[in-house]
Amino acid sequence: MGFPHPNHPKETIVLSQYFGDADARTYAGWVKRGGYEALKKALGMAPEAIVEEIKASGLRGRGGAGFPTGLKWSFMPKGDHKPHYLVCNADESEPGTFKDRELMRWTPHQLIEGCAIGAYAIGAERCYIYIRGEFTEPWRVMTKAVEEAYTNGALGANVFGTGKRIDIVLHRGAGAYICGEETAMMNSIEGRRGNPRIKPPFPAVAGLFGMPTTINNVETLTAVSHILNRGAAWYKGLCLSSPKSTGTKLFSVCGHIMKPGNYEVTMGFPMKSLIHDLAGGMRPGRRLKAVIPGGSSVPIMNAVEAEAALCDYEGIVAQGSMLGSAGFIVMDDSADIVYEIYRLAKFYAHESCAQCTQCREGTAWTTKILERILKGQGKREDLDLLLDLSEQMTGKTICVLSDSCATPIVSGIKKFPEEFDAYLSRAKAPALAAV
Amino acid sequence: MSGTAHAARHDAPDQPVFVGQVKDKLEALFPSYPTRMACLLPALWMVQEARGWISPDAIAEVATVLGLTPAYVRGVATFYTMYHLHPVGRHFIQVCGTSPCHLCGSDEVMKAILQQTGCGEVGATSPDDRFTVIEVECLGACGFATPILVDDDFHDSVTPERVAGVLARYP
Repeated sequence: MGFPHPNHPKETIVLSQYFGDADARTYAGWVKRGGYEALKKALGMAPEAIVEEIKASGLRGRGGAGFPTGLKWSFMPKGDHKPHYLVCNADESEPGTFKDRELMRWTPHQLIEGCAIGAYAIGAERCYIYIRGEFTEPWRVMTKAVEEAYTNGALGANVFGTGKRIDIVLHRGAGAYICGEETAMMNSIEGRRGNPRIKPPFPAVAGLFGMPTTINNVETLTAVSHILNRGAAWYKGLCLSSPKSTGTKLFSVCGHIMKPGNYEVTMGFPMKSLIHDLAGGMRPGRRLKAVIPGGSSVPIMNAVEAEAALCDYEGIVAQGSMLGSAGFIVMDDSADIVYEIYRLAKFYAHESCAQCTQCREGTAWTTKILERILKGQGKREDLDLLLDLSEQMTGKTICVLSDSCATPIVSGIKKFPEEFDAYLSRAKAPALAAV
Repeated sequence: MSGTAHAARHDAPDQPVFVGQVKDKLEALFPSYPTRMACLLPALWMVQEARGWISPDAIAEVATVLGLTPAYVRGVATFYTMYHLHPVGRHFIQVCGTSPCHLCGSDEVMKAILQQTGCGEVGATSPDDRFTVIEVECLGACGFATPILVDDDFHDSVTPERVAGVLARYP
């Protein structure tokens, strides 16, 4: 099993404090470390007060969209006498991202506590945690932790003797990236194909089983107990740049990097330092060429943009990309940008649910055209064709998988035209064998 | 090691799956969901755990148990790539090949696995029925490239040199 790196002095450790500490996985170990105090505190508060506290902290969704968490919670209806549901999105499948895996592997009770607080705050008695099918080890760790939480009264019909009911049900996915999209996830829990739903209605109005539902990412929910324990003002104060981006964030760094891993830093931390100091920089003799910072669904950044960016929602937008899920795919000067973009397009073509024509056809055809270019059979017009297809794939479908496929293609052609040109002019040998 | 998961895969598929403990396990889930249909993904997992794959007969059985039609169950089962709708080798190997792992040399890992298992090509089962190898899209472990799943066991940081040692654990 992969093991976490020792903390770097420039990290701000909140969520990842107990990574690598096997004792923290147990209920007793978690309680010894101050665990479940926040849940006890929350159960003594009015649900509205918790929502206000989370709003005041500035916490935003860590799954990719960055929507303010407290605001999302406040959309849940009050006094409607319907069952409410909390769904925790643990379907982490965005290429480059591997933070939720580690949060569940090492600190399952941190997540359970966050889910329980979240459920209580939105008036839900049940929370489904949707864990992707391939996460066999996180599944085993979470299963054991949920059992322990029930045994110790942290979950069940009478949580810590307060008379309040909070149940957690683990639901295992079965291999579909699209189920990380919140409406597809609800369909998947309901026993349907994972096709995204048209919005509106939004989940807070009619979500899982037609009932008011909130969907939050693993990392978002794990932050909740810390905010209740230490206060919204403390969390809001964790900010190095834009006041709209607060708290700490786990950044997954992978690809061509000396020390791949998850690094927890305060929002607004310089990307240059994150890549070169914390993650150890490039391999000897190599230079940074590009970073795709948000998982794979965001524009590719060249080295100049990456080294100028500040790591928060606004800072990365200012340098032409998006924070997304904060999985940095780092590429040095040995990387073949055209090939990597092709590989991502292939990913999206494989993962398209095929519901919308633009996505089903667009992801498949962009993959085929990129393949043709890599086989040395590309034509000059292919770049315009790719851009035209990408245009048709953007903003026209039920969910954003199609946009996510188009984004690296468009930014890649724009920022690395010489790499495409090398194949089109036949100056570079084909990367794929022509069949 | 979870080789036992596949031990019964040559059983005649018309034997019902949902009897005894498996039936109890499924019924224990019913209170966790407001509909029976919501137990479909868990039920399909139970079939695969018991049999190694999900046969047409098992699809019909799941449909009966949950009050759905076989066509509906099949429609859902085909959506999700982890359900085996055909028999596979005793051990099922999934190798990540998405960009972050590709940057770190997953192609070479795949080559070594195909060669050493005797599978020859992606998607194939080895002549001795021991392994089936597929390329999988992002396993969510990009910092531990190249990750592979053998049955339910996760192996990280696999290199071509480490392949033989991993395979030896799966007779």
